[in-house]
Amino acid sequence: MSGGTTLENANPVVFQRSGDRLLTSNEEDEDVHDPIDEREIFDLIRSISDPEHPLSLEELNVVEQVRVKVSDAESIVGIEFTPTIPHCSMATLIGLSIKVKLLRSLPDRFKIDVHITPGTHASEEAVNKQLADKERVAAALENSSLLEVVNQCLTPTRSI
Amino acid sequence: MKQNLTLVQRLNAHPDSRCWFVSWSPTGTLLASCGGDKAIRIWGREGDSWICKSVLQDGHQRTVRRVAWSPCGNYLASASFDATTCIWKKKNDEFESLTVLEGHENEVKSVAWAPSGNLLATCSRDKSVWVWEVDEEDEYECVTVVNSHTQDVKNIVWHPTQELLASASYDNNVCIYKEEDDDWECRATLQGHTSTVWSLAFDATGQRLASCSDDRTVKIWKESPLESGDLSWKCVCTLSGYHGRTVYDVAWCRLTGALATACGDDAVRVFKEDETADPKQPVFSLAAQATKAHSQDVNCVAWNPKEAGLLASCSDDGEIAIWRFQEED
Repeated sequence: MSGGTTLENANPVVFQRSGDRLLTSNEEDEDVHDPIDEREIFDLIRSISDPEHPLSLEELNVVEQVRVKVSDAESIVGIEFTPTIPHCSMATLIGLSIKVKLLRSLPDRFKIDVHITPGTHASEEAVNKQLADKERVAAALENSSLLEVVNQCLTPTRSI
Repeated sequence: MKQNLTLVQRLNAHPDSRCWFVSWSPTGTLLASCGGDKAIRIWGREGDSWICKSVLQDGHQRTVRRVAWSPCGNYLASASFDATTCIWKKKNDEFESLTVLEGHENEVKSVAWAPSGNLLATCSRDKSVWVWEVDEEDEYECVTVVNSHTQDVKNIVWHPTQELLASASYDNNVCIYKEEDDDWECRATLQGHTSTVWSLAFDATGQRLASCSDDRTVKIWKESPLESGDLSWKCVCTLSGYHGRTVYDVAWCRLTGALATACGDDAVRVFKEDETADPKQPVFSLAAQATKAHSQDVNCVAWNPKEAGLLASCSDDGEIAIWRFQEED
């Protein structure tokens, strides 16, 4: 799973984290239905840890709010993530972590599609196909050592 | 003529888990289901409703992906992500584990009995298809391992009358195998789908094969024997534009010819063939659909082999739904 002791990308560019969501009066009003929006999805995934660095996917710009698409009415969520380097061997693991986080957090009615940002990875098509195959994802999550690695990524390195 | 799909019953078959597959016994009196909870459940009709008759546990360490009844109905085979296939023997209402078939390197995705009941096929993520021979003493021996796919083999089905096997794969292809000098060989590769082929179904005569895919289409292939005697299958029809997401399963009713599909868009659909069309260019049209058949992906559809129009489906929501497809005047 890991690339040994040498880091694939030793000096990643670190991006600024976004601030807390500013709540509107409607959102604070319990009687108003708030559909799940892009920011809510982004808040679920931005704190996922990178498998290699003690940094979050947001800080590495692997996930961005503009690459989150959601339709609460149609129960669809689409995420594009951008590996830091085109040959990143962690791409599948990062995608799997995003998928697992959303599967665990969102209502079951949602269809969750996780893809690599087009043109940013050498094995884009293969990784996308693997992440879309729910049978492979289900089997991977029954593998306790892989599940442990995923759970580590889902434990934030620090509180946001 | 109006056709519709009405719900007969819903069963919370694999609570808090996913129901991957359902299979009717050859007489149509029992329905076996399996899922992410590692269990197999056997359902039977009592009065007007279907109830759980037995639960087969402790056979597998991981998800049970598929189950298959032997043609005589006395055995049940189960394929699991734990890399094994279990053979269960039915004694009255109970099932006992008879033997465990080992050999695949990782997840076994499907298992199927040949129409004679003397052969069993399994397939796996390890890219191989195994054919097992069964003798009178209930001993199983692997006779062939075929590696014709370059990726996971998702499903295998036998021809309804001949010893001919078809497999579907993550490599987007379908392979057709036949025995040659005691060895099973891939004799035809069906190319056309642009993503994973999830499942296959032969029609009643075995002259046509339906395949369904992650490319959101269903394709109908027709046998067209070559003069050389080699096998050749041609795509004669593609159903596209109906399915919103991956088509996980396809079932061809041997009694009515209706084609049912299970889709990742939560719907169950039934297609009927236009009988006036040219047999070389068959036309299928959507006869009925249940758009919210389940609250999550539909994984499997199965027609009852004896009661025309009775259809079972199952889903990631853990439920089984039983439907009646009927034509009204």
